[in-house]
Amino acid sequence: MVDIRIPIGLMFSIIGVIITLLGLFTVSDSDMYQKSLGINVNLIMGVLILLFGFIMLFFAFRKKKQK
Amino acid sequence: MRLELHWIDYLIMVIYFLFVLGIGWFLRKYMKNANAFLEAGRSMPAWVAGLAFISTNLGALEVMGMTGSGMKYGMLTTHFYWIGAIPAMIFLALFMMPFYYGSKARSVPEFLKLRYDEKTRGLNAILFAVMTILASGISMYALAILMENVLGWDFNFSLWISALIVLAYTYLGGLSSAIYNEVLQFFIIILGLLPLVFLSLKDVGGWFGLKEKLAPIATANNFAPDTFTTTWKYSSEAGSNPLGVEWFGILFGLGFVLSFGYWCTNFLIVQRAFAAESKSAARKVPLIGALPKMFIPFLIIVPGIISLALFNGHSPDFRAGFPMAGDKPIYDYTIIMLLKHYLPAGVLGLGITALLASFMSGMAGNVSAFNTVWTYDIYQSYIRPQTGNEEADGKHYLKVGRIATIAGILLSIASAYIASKFGNIMDFLQTIFSMINAPLFAVIFLGMFWKRTTGHAAFTGLLLGFLMALLHHGLTIPAGATTVFKGGWLASIHVYPVEMAQNFWTAIIAFTVSTVVTVGLTFLTKQKKSEDELRGLVYSLTPREADDSHLPWYERPAGLAILVGVICIILTIMFW
Repeated sequence: MVDIRIPIGLMFSIIGVIITLLGLFTVSDSDMYQKSLGINVNLIMGVLILLFGFIMLFFAFRKKKQK
Repeated sequence: MRLELHWIDYLIMVIYFLFVLGIGWFLRKYMKNANAFLEAGRSMPAWVAGLAFISTNLGALEVMGMTGSGMKYGMLTTHFYWIGAIPAMIFLALFMMPFYYGSKARSVPEFLKLRYDEKTRGLNAILFAVMTILASGISMYALAILMENVLGWDFNFSLWISALIVLAYTYLGGLSSAIYNEVLQFFIIILGLLPLVFLSLKDVGGWFGLKEKLAPIATANNFAPDTFTTTWKYSSEAGSNPLGVEWFGILFGLGFVLSFGYWCTNFLIVQRAFAAESKSAARKVPLIGALPKMFIPFLIIVPGIISLALFNGHSPDFRAGFPMAGDKPIYDYTIIMLLKHYLPAGVLGLGITALLASFMSGMAGNVSAFNTVWTYDIYQSYIRPQTGNEEADGKHYLKVGRIATIAGILLSIASAYIASKFGNIMDFLQTIFSMINAPLFAVIFLGMFWKRTTGHAAFTGLLLGFLMALLHHGLTIPAGATTVFKGGWLASIHVYPVEMAQNFWTAIIAFTVSTVVTVGLTFLTKQKKSEDELRGLVYSLTPREADDSHLPWYERPAGLAILVGVICIILTIMFW
């Protein structure tokens, strides 16, 4: 029917990019990250989510190629 | 306690909504008949159905409730997972799924019809339809009220907008759309709540720091210092742990009756496995679901336990903003207060989206189970039977399924409004659900493993089990109860120390009565089904499974079951 990994991969890649960018733009904003114990969670989670999105897409397209 | 969201938070939410709707839109062209719409054409790979299986269970009430229970009971809350879910999921996969899937039944009520008779199906179908709608209304209400109080969203707005989105994608793509979205929602729930676990643990100095902080709180409540971070250690007496139940109640009430009643007979859950592409895939579905299920406590219960430390001294800020009912925190708010406490804009949007996703996965589960039971077990059985023209029938029942989807959503919204008016009645209804599930498990279990069990016996067993549970609820009361909805509405002959103990015992009685009645009456009544009719439905009359020993262990249900069991035992021992 449709490989669910494609929409999942796309969505998390987009969200990952947004959150990573937010993390990069706020690197020097220590006020914002006071809540999160001084850790730039946006940067860390953004990269993690982006990676997850890519992995999903990678497996989806690898399967397509095999077919 | 208001929480201000940044526009980026809303952007993430909107992207999520667009994808959810997009999946429904994309799948709409495959919905050619009722079979595709209501059963996903029995075409789902095991891993997709398995993640959907667990995602349906990970609804808003589960996320909010389990985090709240973590704050209330500590690590003992994991009993709802390691003893209260995993054994039942293994049992479902190995022993029940072959008969469920092999029977070709399209729903649990239909299985009852095949195994027993029409009246047993009818009773179960009607109870299930009503229960599902009410359950979905309760969770809609819970979420909308949370959004209103914390985000300042209008109650009606969040209720209608989330209901309409669920309606749109289940109307368009049916069960397939619900399942695909559940997989997406599963990942967003995990990734959205993940930063919370790490930040809160780091804040309290890791697991050992948490233990240290909780010790004085436990001693102040007259418990042993490590009560909140252990599970079975203080279960010899009900009074020595915050759950208020002793090991027998936990093991038999929660670990057996309630958990097997929920996981093995609740069509909402089992339906995901019915949609799998083959019998072997269907058997793997609950096991694939069990793998993440075992670790969900670390995602939602552990931050809940940390809230207890934050609330009692570690963070005055956290306590100051916490919504209270008298001198007690309102535990349902724990998860959102944690999100607010730790997450900055960006990941916060993702966290709120995770809550919305959990809500939608639960609701889509309810709606897709409701429309199937309505279409097949009520409409097709009592209102308009099949005509024999398969193509025309398929189209007709597709239309009925779609209308049932709309009706299901509207009725859920109505019951959410009822919940907002009469909160107490809704608590009572939730108690009633456990009275219905426990006898159902007894009857289905006996039906699958004892070929003699008769329809009359099963029907009476279901009914009497439920009525006796109701009677037990009417005659007992938990300590400190203020309303008749908590029990004792007939008389009060026994007082339970906590409500949880009363619930466990209600379920135990429902199960025991219905087992005894069903077995007893089976000896007094005649089996009307021939052995031929029971083939594939009863253990002793079903040919053994095809040999799968040539497959690698991780592709065999038994291999996966052992893996799940071993990990579960290790976790239990680690946190004993």
